[in-house]
Amino acid sequence: MTTATFIPAARRVKELNFLNHDYSIHSWLMTKDHKRIAILYMVSITFFFIIGGVAAMLIRLELISPTNWLVASETYNKLFTMHGVIMVWFFLIPSIPAVLGNFLMPLMLGARDVAFPKLNMASWYLYVIGGVFTLVALLWGGVDTGWTFYTPLSSTFSNTHVVMVVVGVFIVGFSTIFTGLNFIVTTHSMRCPGMTWFRMPLFVWGIYATSVIQVLATPVLAMTLALVAIERIWRVGIFDPALGGDPLLFQHLFWFYSHPAVYIMILPGMAVESELITCFSRKEPFGYIFIAFSSVAIAILGFLVWAHHMFVAGISVYSGLVFSMLSMIVAVPSAIKVFNWTATLYKGSISLQTPMLYALGFIGLFTMGGLTGVMLATLGLDVHVHDTYFVIAHFHYIMVGGMVMTYMGGLHFWWPKITGRMYNEWWGKMSALTIFLGFNLTFFPQFILGYLGMPRRYPAYPPEFQFYNVLSSAGASILAVGYILPLVYLLLSLRYGKKAGKNPYRATGLEWTTTSPPPEHNFHSIPVITHEPYAYHLELREPPEEQPSD
Amino acid sequence: MSGIPFVPSEGSTFAPKVDALFLFELTVAAFFTFLIFTCIVYFCIRYRRRSEDEIPPKMPSHYGLEITWTIVPFLLMLVMYFWGASLYVDMKRPGENGLEIHVIAKQWMWKIEHPEGVREINELHVPVGIPVRLILASQDVIHDFFVPAFRMKQDLIPGSYVTEWFQATQVGTFRLFCAQYCGMGHSTMVGKVVVLSPHDYQAWVAGAGPAEPPAAAGKKLFTTYGCVQCHGQRAPTLAGLYGSKVALQDGRMVIADEQYLRMAITDPSSQIVAGYPAIMPSFKGQLSEEQLYELIQFIKSLTPVRNTPYGNISQPPAAPLGAPSTQPAPGDQPQAVPNFPPAERPDSPPSQQQGPQS
Repeated sequence: MTTATFIPAARRVKELNFLNHDYSIHSWLMTKDHKRIAILYMVSITFFFIIGGVAAMLIRLELISPTNWLVASETYNKLFTMHGVIMVWFFLIPSIPAVLGNFLMPLMLGARDVAFPKLNMASWYLYVIGGVFTLVALLWGGVDTGWTFYTPLSSTFSNTHVVMVVVGVFIVGFSTIFTGLNFIVTTHSMRCPGMTWFRMPLFVWGIYATSVIQVLATPVLAMTLALVAIERIWRVGIFDPALGGDPLLFQHLFWFYSHPAVYIMILPGMAVESELITCFSRKEPFGYIFIAFSSVAIAILGFLVWAHHMFVAGISVYSGLVFSMLSMIVAVPSAIKVFNWTATLYKGSISLQTPMLYALGFIGLFTMGGLTGVMLATLGLDVHVHDTYFVIAHFHYIMVGGMVMTYMGGLHFWWPKITGRMYNEWWGKMSALTIFLGFNLTFFPQFILGYLGMPRRYPAYPPEFQFYNVLSSAGASILAVGYILPLVYLLLSLRYGKKAGKNPYRATGLEWTTTSPPPEHNFHSIPVITHEPYAYHLELREPPEEQPSD
Repeated sequence: MSGIPFVPSEGSTFAPKVDALFLFELTVAAFFTFLIFTCIVYFCIRYRRRSEDEIPPKMPSHYGLEITWTIVPFLLMLVMYFWGASLYVDMKRPGENGLEIHVIAKQWMWKIEHPEGVREINELHVPVGIPVRLILASQDVIHDFFVPAFRMKQDLIPGSYVTEWFQATQVGTFRLFCAQYCGMGHSTMVGKVVVLSPHDYQAWVAGAGPAEPPAAAGKKLFTTYGCVQCHGQRAPTLAGLYGSKVALQDGRMVIADEQYLRMAITDPSSQIVAGYPAIMPSFKGQLSEEQLYELIQFIKSLTPVRNTPYGNISQPPAAPLGAPSTQPAPGDQPQAVPNFPPAERPDSPPSQQQGPQS
């Protein structure tokens, strides 16, 4: 009876966690806590997602009619450029690694923080500075080169603020490099006792592979963009043939970064996927080793496929033959993952909660995105569909259908851990379904448009393409609703959501063993790992924790 | 759903081949998508969580399955690879006895010159059933010559020649797009390809009025720019050069194609012929894209037809030196081509075709 009287007394004292131990602005802006930095990133990328999303909505509105009914071509070109630049570098690349990765990597490894907390803070500041440059360029008149900055259009012919945006992307690139470096060292040196490499959650494997790409590929982007700026400012002939440069050199350098960047954008999605599928089917992943090593294989092979963006750019036939083959090979580890996730469901105990709906949606959309990617890697077929809406549809299936779906799934999954509150389950399911339907209605018609031959980056188009464009725009409006809903109910859950407790989904993983939200130093005592991850058959035998009443 | 297209019309020899490959890959993709969807839906129903404390059985890894779903997709992809690769190689190997047409792209228009010297803007008239080899050049940024009905697309790189070819199989009018983003007017850089019967094409060329073939114009340039003073004496002779193998000073052996000749004129020091001093000045910036092409056509006309690397290419004979030019200067502004005419007309009778524009 003595303990029974003791516990209510203890509850009256505020339990300190990383959110409530200090409320000052200074404590947020000067924080070295990986969890707070994750939240800073979450707020900033949401801000940029909204800007990029508004640009996308204006693009879709313009494309309802075959004429320039809403915006002039000049404005349209700036809109799709900003949409691309912001979504790629200020939303997709930092999304899962910088938000969920920052929050979870130390927790999953049983560490108190990342290896270099100050560098982690510096990464966020670089991100913000890069973002300011890009936003100023946007307000000042924008840039019209497309996010790919192809030369000599960008280095000589464009009259817009190319240098300013290039500087913004250059700076944000270093934010990516620092984050990647931090995670690599953290994974190598901060694992808790007993956490061997093959006891790491698959999320850690995925983020680790991503970090390696970030550190190796991003410097190439920085150099390439610096060269564009040098040619533009000082007229040094690097890419412009009129100055003695080679325009294809730019494409080689740009895609040498930007193709691995596609894997920077999708590997973290795969990492989250493995966590969601296992938790909501209560099973260890089918083929843990195969999923882990396919991440590594994708990271390595991803560096060897860049010229598949250039099959019609004027490269030699032999280059085309080699890069097509390598691009086909990189599809194999992706296929392995899809089959393994699906097989994980077999004989599981499947619960279709909100994060699981996103996870299952991801498998479907990623499968379609991947298979159309194989079509694009096929030489004879790529000649026809290259630079058409087929490509647009394909990479949105990977980046939005893949990455954004899993980011949303992961955000919902770890929301109770991050905030200590549950979101509204009914609204969660509704928005997941809305996003899935809206997404398919937006992007599936674009496959047909592309095969019909509609080129990308056209504000005005022949009338026979209108039907599919209207369908796509209608889908985009549904998709927009799907993205606004979580913004509302997740924020409301901070005040009205019911308290989550340590482990609301009865998931395995170290992050679920500490309180929600976690204390400032993550664990009161450093955990010790004694068995493989995802041991649902062992951990579920223990009785569920008492859910706090609220 | 009439009026809403699903597949573009098939207007070239490539089109049915590309469509067949697409159909194959679409079938494979549909099969796997259906397989995955079915498994997910079935598992979600069959293995739904029935009680909060349910503990599913532990499943060991199954190496047989893992190997199966590694090998099967890989083998399927090998089929796709070789199928696609052979098609790509065909697309890069021009058909014989073809017609050579010069295309210059600039922001934001297409300028086209036929072998007889007839010029047109944003429209390309070609005969049906004859291979057409396009020699593409860009005056400013990268553009892309894309005709969906022909399933063919090629970037134009400023400062160099690239080629693409096709053989139309259907008389009609087809859309031409610039597929590589090229700045503000990108979406206005569109036009049409008018495919005529060979007879109508001849009539169309004849009806375009007298024109000077590019090789003839090139012959005059050859004199004007003083090329004749060296070539044949202190410099390598140009007769029989086109299509031949050239030994360079740095040990490379190259084939003298259009790109080689272009570089020899605009950047001579980059490829010095073995045994000759590097004394040729660069003509970069002195010759327009059109003049450069005319000079190269003249040099090509000095080669017996059987030696060209692309088989027999119909070469109109060069006009005698000093023949008066009757070709009016082409307007540099695009004609008022309606931005997007109603729709493609693959079956329109040839009698409806318009004449040339210049």
